[in-house]
Amino acid sequence: MSPVFSKSLNAICVWIDQTPLSQAIQATSWVVPTVQTVHILAIAVVASSALMIDLRLLGIFWADRPMKAVFSRFLPLVWWPLLILFATGAIMIIGEPARSLKNPAFQLKMLLLITALIVTGLSQFFRRQDGTFGDLGSAPRLLRVAIAVVSMLLWSAIIFAGRWIAYYA
Amino acid sequence: MEFDRAFGWLQATPVAKAISENEILFPWIESVHVLAIVLVVGTISIVDLRLLGVASLDRSARRLMQDVLPFTWGAFVVAAITGSLMFASDAVNYAHNFFFRGKLVLLLLAGLNMAVFHLIGVGNIAHWDVTQQTPWPAKVAAAVSLLVWIAVVAFGRGIGFTMH
Repeated sequence: MSPVFSKSLNAICVWIDQTPLSQAIQATSWVVPTVQTVHILAIAVVASSALMIDLRLLGIFWADRPMKAVFSRFLPLVWWPLLILFATGAIMIIGEPARSLKNPAFQLKMLLLITALIVTGLSQFFRRQDGTFGDLGSAPRLLRVAIAVVSMLLWSAIIFAGRWIAYYA
Repeated sequence: MEFDRAFGWLQATPVAKAISENEILFPWIESVHVLAIVLVVGTISIVDLRLLGVASLDRSARRLMQDVLPFTWGAFVVAAITGSLMFASDAVNYAHNFFFRGKLVLLLLAGLNMAVFHLIGVGNIAHWDVTQQTPWPAKVAAAVSLLVWIAVVAFGRGIGFTMH
């Protein structure tokens, strides 16, 4: 990490830490645990919804239903809870700026998250290009399987990285 | 507590000591545990929302449970195994931790609720299986399930804040 970047990051963390909001969060012991719980519950919705989609892409779950039905049932539950995740995440960053922003596990989590969202967006894009994408028996099978596997690995890694923030704090 | 001797013995076993002394083992087991719980809670809510008559209404309740619950159970088994390993590594302290004990009670409640539903609440499921209106015992079981699992997550976080 370049010295300029880490100095700026330090300055940002110090600045956030001294805001009244940050001080208030730090002073109220129940805020962070409560926000973390909500964060985890939202992750449960996102990760499980992504899993259902990925299992369908692999033909393991709801193989008798069209891919379109699975997408429309679960995709909104991958995207909408992100709002809750960003809001709770923001509170945690504001309350503990250094513990998150300067933390390598947190930084990795953000990189993985961006990648996972791109992969999810890609599967939607493929769907729009080819109305049969995801339908079993439609080509190309490799793309379907690859997206499902990569997606599952990414969301799992995101959850792991989230837990590891505590260990790099 | 009378069980302290048993817990003391447990945390002295080679496996338990390996986990508590190895800096990498515990975090990995814990991470798998978190992933497993996340999937239990997420998949069970798919079922619970159907039983509440809120979502997946175009799907038979019985079929939905058949399709989803195997994944819930698989994730739960992983959570139980990883949880047991973590417990063993520091058994006496966990056993005396308020949030850990509370979490166990909540898990028992979840199990009881599930048993009651499958024995009684499921009732004449053939009658309401494909209707969008579900009978109140199913709704109650689903609501209890959601509340209990939300509490499990909260108490699990509580363990994290009160253990080390």
